[in-house]
Amino acid sequence: MKTFKPAIKNLLLIAYLDLKESIRANWFIIYSLVFGGLIALFFIAGITESQVMGFSGLSRLLLMYIQVTIIILPIFILITTVRSISGDRDSHILEYMLSFPISLGQYYWGKVLGRFITVFLPVFMAMALAIVYGVFKGAEVPWEIFFLYTGLLFSMSSAFLGIAFFISSLVKSSEMALGISFFVWIFLLAFIDIALISLMLQNRINETLIISIALLNPMEIFRVSAISLFDPELTVMGPVAFYILDTIKQSTFVLISILYPLMIGILFAFFGFRIFIKKDLV
Amino acid sequence: MITTKNLSKKFGKTLSLDSVSIELNKGDAIALMGANGAGKTTLIRLIMGYYHPSAGSVLINGHNPIKNRIEILHSVSFVPQLPPPIKLSLAELISYISHSSNVEEKLIYHYANEMKFDITPNLHKSFFKLSGGMKQKFLIAISLAKESQIIIYDEPTANLDPKARDDFYRLLSTDTSQKLSLFVTHRIEEVKDIVNRQIYMDLGKVVTDERY
Repeated sequence: MKTFKPAIKNLLLIAYLDLKESIRANWFIIYSLVFGGLIALFFIAGITESQVMGFSGLSRLLLMYIQVTIIILPIFILITTVRSISGDRDSHILEYMLSFPISLGQYYWGKVLGRFITVFLPVFMAMALAIVYGVFKGAEVPWEIFFLYTGLLFSMSSAFLGIAFFISSLVKSSEMALGISFFVWIFLLAFIDIALISLMLQNRINETLIISIALLNPMEIFRVSAISLFDPELTVMGPVAFYILDTIKQSTFVLISILYPLMIGILFAFFGFRIFIKKDLV
Repeated sequence: MITTKNLSKKFGKTLSLDSVSIELNKGDAIALMGANGAGKTTLIRLIMGYYHPSAGSVLINGHNPIKNRIEILHSVSFVPQLPPPIKLSLAELISYISHSSNVEEKLIYHYANEMKFDITPNLHKSFFKLSGGMKQKFLIAISLAKESQIIIYDEPTANLDPKARDDFYRLLSTDTSQKLSLFVTHRIEEVKDIVNRQIYMDLGKVVTDERY
């Protein structure tokens, strides 16, 4: 207990400093502008007024937002976070900062916490702003969708943050870390539907196996869960989503879609930490 | 204070440090010398606990610098050869150091003044936006304010003008009997007045170790 308080104090100090440093960085400004800009663009384009496929108003806006987020959020998190440890190692910042009596755990988890707030807050705030603006315009607020999407964004951010810290600890140079990030993103993106549909068409692999592969992919889970509140007969869903929602109870699937990516994030971050403490630091 | 026994470090097939056994004691002011690639930085990084030894051991005050890094680093000050491009402001960096190492902020200001570097007008500037000399003065001020038993300087005067070098050596020459100072340097003439021991390394080994 005697050492617990200073440990937490140091961890929060690292998180706070990382947060402050990130907020001043150019990438954070671009990151916030992209998500805030998306919401502004949707309002300007009149998305809330359109009546297509049975959903309209803020529901439609949030759905559009989440669909774009599925694609860009993972890569944003990966490329901005993956250099967190490896970049500090490259530039000898790690060598200096760790010459002070901070434990490796305090440093690593402090960085994770600071970076999580940095990546989650802009995507959440953009969505919250849409709700505030919608209320101001007199629109009906789809609270169920808002809370689901908040949970999904939280767990999705955790998953990719954990993967990014794992890569960052694993590789020595930040260039290599960036390269691996792109590969992870493209790979998971391909396995949303494109690769799975081609596997289905070939008819060589059992459907259950294809669905299991889909369920392992946090991006696929995120996508299916995001549209699960709407009519499960929708053709825009794609075959995998249709099959999943036809097989698993919607509320169970929503729970899985929040807990599973969260678990992936924690596991990868933990493996990253093990590598961080076992390898040479500089 | 620092004891290494058959300490070796390999990177792939390259042996950077080859079975080095040395003892560095309180009151020692050491010039650690050698050509590039001699193993000086590797030795320092093993002492600081940045590297895991491939063989042998390193102990600081009887502690392992990897397993007991917090205890060890409370008693060690380190200034790198090149100031890293830290994006934190000076105020944030001072806060990090004072909280993590229990260093009094006024001591950092005091030693910065002694080094002719005025922190106040630069307090909210990013560290990496300072000039090379200012960065080095600030890092030296921090290292002195920490009042550590062991100070490790890797070419600390590389970015300093002659006047600042004089200030630095003047500050170091006060009360060295209770400390262990380790200077990595290529210019013995610069430190010859403040060191009492000279270790020369080559190809990962200690070639000569002279006391005077």
